[in-house]
Amino acid sequence: MRVVFRDKSWELEGKMTVKKMLEQVGVIPVTVLVVRNGKLLTEDVLLEPDDEVKLHAVISGG
Amino acid sequence: MKCNKCAQRAVFTMRHYKLSLCETHYMEWFVSHTGQTIQKYHLLRPDERVLIAVSGGKDSLSLWDVLIRLGYAVDGLYIDLGIDGGFGYSALSHQKIDAFMAGHPETRLHVVDLAAEYGATLPQIAGRKRRGREKPCALCGLIKRHEMNRIAQAFGYDVLVTGHNLDDEAAVLFSNVLHWHTGYIARQAPVLEERTGLARKVKPLCRAYEREVAAYALIRGIDYIYEECPYVEGSRTLMYKGMLDQLEEEAAGTKLQFYVTFLHAKKDGFFRDEEALVELHPCDTCGQPTIAPGSCAFCRIWKEPER
Repeated sequence: MRVVFRDKSWELEGKMTVKKMLEQVGVIPVTVLVVRNGKLLTEDVLLEPDDEVKLHAVISGG
Repeated sequence: MKCNKCAQRAVFTMRHYKLSLCETHYMEWFVSHTGQTIQKYHLLRPDERVLIAVSGGKDSLSLWDVLIRLGYAVDGLYIDLGIDGGFGYSALSHQKIDAFMAGHPETRLHVVDLAAEYGATLPQIAGRKRRGREKPCALCGLIKRHEMNRIAQAFGYDVLVTGHNLDDEAAVLFSNVLHWHTGYIARQAPVLEERTGLARKVKPLCRAYEREVAAYALIRGIDYIYEECPYVEGSRTLMYKGMLDQLEEEAAGTKLQFYVTFLHAKKDGFFRDEEALVELHPCDTCGQPTIAPGSCAFCRIWKEPER
């Protein structure tokens, strides 16, 4: 799967939960919202290998 | 994970409330929660004319949206500081506000263009001042406070609303406690009461986590400026927010408890606001209240020789 966060991106192998994905990319969960196809995901959602997810920084704007 | 209120899939979890909600119920919850904060701290009355300071960011646009949904008559104020940062930050911010307003024709937007009004943008005036040369943030705060109050007074608004969220409030409190700025600690509150020449200021998002506000904006489809102010990088506030995030990750609810228990201690008389007792004088240039006789700090910015 492909994970995009600001100007960074990661390619991760296999299926995993949102929680596990955040651990792998080293992002503190409370600092981001995880979005797939424009929809927010909770930490228990299982991500598929062909998913593209965007990490939306909570601190932003203004 | 299912929504705690229906059979739909949950999209957002608030560990501090042990609550997971679907899109529909989260939208309802956020509006209702903001309304409860307004009631709890007596921030707004239904018949008041409200002015909200908007930056084009998620907090101010989301709050504007929520206040309209709660039935308040709210106009906006945008202060164009002329910040570019290589991507037209101020211009982009203004675009986001215009886009929001296109969906709310009943609202009015006041725009203060700093360069047109006073002859220099924030970066330009900051570059001329010793206190602003490294970072213009202190000058920015001073300019915004002055102009927000000026417009609120000039157009007869009863109350001035800002989009400060819980993370903002917790970071400021954290900083003030670290440095024992007791005067600032005593003044921090969801509402700063009106004084002669000073509009009442309120913060209806003071109990809303920044993450909750961002989730509201995303689900609601509010197109806000995602880029941070170019001057925020390396700021102390950002550093404190990062530290509080680590604490929050380890112990959900830390920020909320830190802020809310502070407010309880304050209500119990733990802190005394000395500044509320200080006599204010009208500035000899703009007429706004200031502590020392003579010109206020805002007017001195434009009068002082370049350094």
